[in-house]
Amino acid sequence: MQIQPIFAALRKHKLAAMLIALEIAFACAVLCNACFMIASRLSMMGIDSGVDESALATMQLTGYDASKAADVDARALTALRAIPGVQDVALLNSIPFGARRGTAGITTDAGGQHFGGVIEFYVGGPGSFEALGLQLESGRGPQTDDYRAFTGLMPGDASIQITQALAEHLWPGANPLGKEIWMEKFHYRVVGVIRTLVRPDPPGWPAAQRDWCVFVPALPGPYLTGSYLLRAAPQDLPRVMRDASVAIGKALPDVVIDRQASRTLGDLRDNVFRNDRAMAGLLVGVIVALLGVTALGIVGLASFWVAQRRKQIGIRRALGATRGDILRYFQTENFLIVTFGAMLGVALAIGINLMLMRFFEMPQLPLWYLPVGVLVLWALGQLAVLSPALRAAKVPPVVATRSV
Amino acid sequence: MFTYYLDLALRSLKRSPGLTALMVLTIAFGVAASMTAWSVFRAVSGDPIPWKSAQLYVPQIDMWGPQAQASNPDSDKGPPDALDYGDAVALMRDHRAKLQSAMYQIGPAVVPADAAKHPIQTDGHAVFSEFFPMVDAPFQYGGGWTAADDEHRAQVVVIGSKLNTKVFDGGNSVGKMLNVDGRDYRVVGVLKEWNPQPRFFDVVNTGGFASDGEGMFMPFTTAIAAGISNNGNTNCNEVPEAGFEGLQRSACIWIAYMVQLDDAAAAEKYKNYLEGFARTRYPNWAPNVRLRNLPDWLDHEHVVPSDTKVSLLIALGLLIVCLVNTAGLLLAKFLRRSSEIGVRRALGAPRLAIYAQFLTEGAVIGLAGGLLGLVLTGMGVACVGLVLPRDIANLAHLDVSLLATTLVVSVLASLLAALYPTFRAAHVVPAWQLKSN
Repeated sequence: MQIQPIFAALRKHKLAAMLIALEIAFACAVLCNACFMIASRLSMMGIDSGVDESALATMQLTGYDASKAADVDARALTALRAIPGVQDVALLNSIPFGARRGTAGITTDAGGQHFGGVIEFYVGGPGSFEALGLQLESGRGPQTDDYRAFTGLMPGDASIQITQALAEHLWPGANPLGKEIWMEKFHYRVVGVIRTLVRPDPPGWPAAQRDWCVFVPALPGPYLTGSYLLRAAPQDLPRVMRDASVAIGKALPDVVIDRQASRTLGDLRDNVFRNDRAMAGLLVGVIVALLGVTALGIVGLASFWVAQRRKQIGIRRALGATRGDILRYFQTENFLIVTFGAMLGVALAIGINLMLMRFFEMPQLPLWYLPVGVLVLWALGQLAVLSPALRAAKVPPVVATRSV
Repeated sequence: MFTYYLDLALRSLKRSPGLTALMVLTIAFGVAASMTAWSVFRAVSGDPIPWKSAQLYVPQIDMWGPQAQASNPDSDKGPPDALDYGDAVALMRDHRAKLQSAMYQIGPAVVPADAAKHPIQTDGHAVFSEFFPMVDAPFQYGGGWTAADDEHRAQVVVIGSKLNTKVFDGGNSVGKMLNVDGRDYRVVGVLKEWNPQPRFFDVVNTGGFASDGEGMFMPFTTAIAAGISNNGNTNCNEVPEAGFEGLQRSACIWIAYMVQLDDAAAAEKYKNYLEGFARTRYPNWAPNVRLRNLPDWLDHEHVVPSDTKVSLLIALGLLIVCLVNTAGLLLAKFLRRSSEIGVRRALGAPRLAIYAQFLTEGAVIGLAGGLLGLVLTGMGVACVGLVLPRDIANLAHLDVSLLATTLVVSVLASLLAALYPTFRAAHVVPAWQLKSN
């Protein structure tokens, strides 16, 4: 296949070919960046919570005076434990994908000079660590005498478990066991490292900070009340939740069940990522539309050129070119235009990404998106040009002898 | 003459119906897809009160001083993003803006009159009377309370439409009594369905987005007197004394504040006042205050995820691709017609006439594509509800000015695409064009 004549022909249609190349360049740039955005949303939606989500649910009670907290908790725990199928019930202030009650900034020194970041304190009553199904990497889990009563917003002094990601952020490369963190005057010692534990509100945080959490053991009190974690076999969970509402209604007719927040962790997770799912879906729609329009453009221009060159094609056929030659001519032409456009597009995609990084705090586009984008456009171009090219190949040699 | 060109254009378009359809469809498709995406993206990213957002400001005051600033992760070293009780009350007392309100989130329980029904957990805000005119809250029945009610801690509430339906089965319930946390309050106003997204007046507590409409509003002073505690975030520099009263005495921040200032001069004046205010209240450090208008504030609080804005750009990119595509097709079509132009020129048509004819043809395509695009956009926005969660879909609505812009852009782009080949054809000697054929 000689490329020279194709170039010569394209030079005659410089502007139209340039415009199609430009369109492909734009398509390539938008495609790469949009796919990257979808991928980052999907990876966020697939975040590993570190807990046994499918077996967990929460009940949230409000509407009672703090002085009655001890009584309410005792009755609620008894009522919930009595439900058949419930394996575990424990108090937990924040709930993964649910209520957020322990977000605070920490320091790694008593003086408050070395800011460690804003993390989530999961303050849990006896049994909550095990009910969550957290996996220990090193050190130990909470022991009975780790759970202590407290009266302030948070326990003032405790032995805690910390996520690997947070440990690595606070003390890179060092063994976190025995290290200490402070929140104002409150003081915590790391005794265990957990594999991971997601924040209640992961979409609001940068990717690297979504599992900056600690588990603080504590006994129920005025600041750890009304927020229960239920554990049951996944297939029992919907029924357990229905029974739980009824049981609480009977045992504590005066308190208010926050029905919006009292759901299974699976439901809560769905809810947390709802907007992200919608956005990802819409972006997929935009990409499909984009590829569709690009393909239509290629089909249009190629059909037009085929119609315009009927006579030349006839002459070539009369001079001995096979159908395959004609087919390949148009395919090669398309390949050249798409290649040119895609090269421009790669540059444009990188440029756009740099701009987005600068103005919109987007992460850097992984480079492998670019060759994949080019491949997709090549395939799209070849598919789009196939039908006009086949039509061109069908032009009979006799056309050469007819006048226009 | 125009009708003649129009006729010529239609004839020419009819000659190659496939290509014409393709061009019109591409424009229509591009307009529809990008506008639908745009309207949805804007719904989740947008300005909830566009007609007024430039006049609404959020004041910030540094009540914690330089020592707390040392551990401030924010590079701007700006003041905290909410107020403590003392500052909020003092600002309200000074009353320097046209309209202003301190507010905090409440989550009281409503006890229905029917004893058989369970108490209902609601959410809402404790606000001042000027809140309602400031945020243009839409009333179905009744209205807000008065400044005198603020002062006298009147037992009144404004309820949302959902709570009205739940407790009073809808209808005009102004004047009825509502039991909130064990006390009776008189309903003075019922709001229409009102669920601004983002929840601009209190983004610190709602994170910007709340799925349900506000349940109720009650006077700030009344809520404080009744001890209805803060249901939103509390951010403390040091551990406060116990209880809600301890919180009020502390420097913990938990109160949102918004003011309305009608022009830049008023904003400047208010900023000066804020600085003076900070200087008198916190003489130990230089005043560190901010006065951001609502769009800047939403941006500062990262209410809208940054990639939502990028999605808007992507919708725009789609439109550009479609327009470039059409331009390419139009070019190819027009460049082929130099012989036709040659004939017309040889027959005495001036260049202007050639321009007029071809630009008409381009405009017809642009207009047809744009109009079809409008119809498709209408359908697209109507169908959004099938794919997206309802509360997002409800927000997506067509913006007339945006649609008009799109129409103009699509016509302009096709005109532009028509211009170059016409220019080239119109400037070649007619005889040469005739001969070359």
